[in-house]
Amino acid sequence: MSDRRTLQIKQMSAHPGPIAGDGVQRDYDVCKLIDTTTCIGCKACEVACVEWNDMPFSATTFDNTYQTMPETRWNFWNLIKFNEHQKEDGTIQWLMRKDQCMHCADPGCLRACPADGAIVQYTNGIVDFQQENCIGCEFCASGCPFNIPKFNPTTKKVYKCTLCSDRVGQGLEPACIKACPTGCLKFGSKDDMKFIAGERAHQLKENFGFDKAGVYDPESVGGTHVIYVLHDATNPEAYGGLPSNPQIPWSYTIWKWLAKPVLGTFALLGLLGVGLHYVMVGPRRPQPEPPTKEATNGNRG
Amino acid sequence: MGTAVERFDDKARHAFDKIGRNEVYKGELLRHPVYTRFLHWMVALCFFLALFSGFGIYLPWLFRWFTPIFGGGALAREMHPWFGIFFVFFFGLQTLNWVRPMRWTAADTRWMKNVRQIVNGKDKLDPPETGFFNAGQKVQFWEIVAGCAVFLITGIILWEGAHVFGRFAVAVSYVLHDISALIMLGGIFIHIYQSTIGEPGTFEAMTRGAVTESWAWTFHPAWYKQVTGRDAKQAYEEAARRQGG
Repeated sequence: MSDRRTLQIKQMSAHPGPIAGDGVQRDYDVCKLIDTTTCIGCKACEVACVEWNDMPFSATTFDNTYQTMPETRWNFWNLIKFNEHQKEDGTIQWLMRKDQCMHCADPGCLRACPADGAIVQYTNGIVDFQQENCIGCEFCASGCPFNIPKFNPTTKKVYKCTLCSDRVGQGLEPACIKACPTGCLKFGSKDDMKFIAGERAHQLKENFGFDKAGVYDPESVGGTHVIYVLHDATNPEAYGGLPSNPQIPWSYTIWKWLAKPVLGTFALLGLLGVGLHYVMVGPRRPQPEPPTKEATNGNRG
Repeated sequence: MGTAVERFDDKARHAFDKIGRNEVYKGELLRHPVYTRFLHWMVALCFFLALFSGFGIYLPWLFRWFTPIFGGGALAREMHPWFGIFFVFFFGLQTLNWVRPMRWTAADTRWMKNVRQIVNGKDKLDPPETGFFNAGQKVQFWEIVAGCAVFLITGIILWEGAHVFGRFAVAVSYVLHDISALIMLGGIFIHIYQSTIGEPGTFEAMTRGAVTESWAWTFHPAWYKQVTGRDAKQAYEEAARRQGG
């Protein structure tokens, strides 16, 4: 990091009070566009990710497909999910989808996280884990609809794709984008990427007969900073389990919002209750109570 | 409960009576033996450790207040489940120890109907059929038994995390775990108040193990009769007469 902070934080997990970086600098939302229709499954992005982030060699798991391993790992953040999809007419279609953190505008991981500053969202929309603040509870994994945060049992911290925030902060594109040979990966502002994705989906419909082609940018998490062009946007599940309606559990939205008043009520009612009882009713003493001073002096009956 | 449990409790009580001692003076009765007191304070210790480490994680506003007690958030998260395990373990032993006197009876139902008179101080003496524990204590005891079950089940799910039990189970457990803790938090205020300044003379039952006879005939008349063979009401009236004259 340079002496000037290149990325300002606009949202921080479990942080009471305002966020120092919120609204300080002008910035626009960044976005990664993944066109699944032009992905050839070469896995150059997987290698580039491992290379740039200095992650160790990771053993692959062969399961009779072209997929490197079943799901992403704490030291393997970028995985091409492969699915041999049988269409309605009986023909076979190979679906390749680059799986990684979606960088949701409303991140479930950040909402679920109980550790102050362990998950942050920059003003450009990148969601980043700050491992030095992570307490290793894995609630983020429960909050994430995309099964992305992965736990390292040795360091007891959680890791995931950073959208190369270190590169983006210096004005570079993410490593995976740089490595992609077909141009199916693009990086730029959210508005630009949405425009290109829309054009491509339109092209797929008009020229290639993919009637259900569309853009995946789920509103249920406020939109994402990684968007897909799909041949069949009505069935994202076919693309290695992309959820059609990703949801953040209400435990981390409604209940977390309720937590403070509910705890306050319980604590206040408890303290007030016993305090008022002591003042208004007084303690119950073993009977008979010893006579008061006045009574023994004969001042009262 | 089976006799095996009773044999186990008896053995434990004898063993602990050899290690610790009860201080019972003239005009006093032994209320809690060393074993019971040991379990009580271990439960209390684990409860507060779990409470403070847990509430730091529960609420962002408390994170920076409570987690430093345990050496930071990561250690608080690491130790909280262990505090919980020991809490459940010691309370489990206490449950075996107390399952007999904690059994709910018809007298307890009548006590509960009359609870208003006791809380607002109208009834200075407990009803004559109140035994070793009153119905209020029994409600709290069984609440903690239920709470321990909830803590244990949801706690293991939260401990292992989403990659073992799935997102949904963790999200649900998170809420149930919190609610169980909140109910116990409410209960602990009443418990501490009643056992200290709310009913003077009670606290020593858990320190040196003894209570005065007047405490016993006031709050637990049926137990008083059981251990002394004298009628509580009569004993109280005699004492009142002595004091008056």
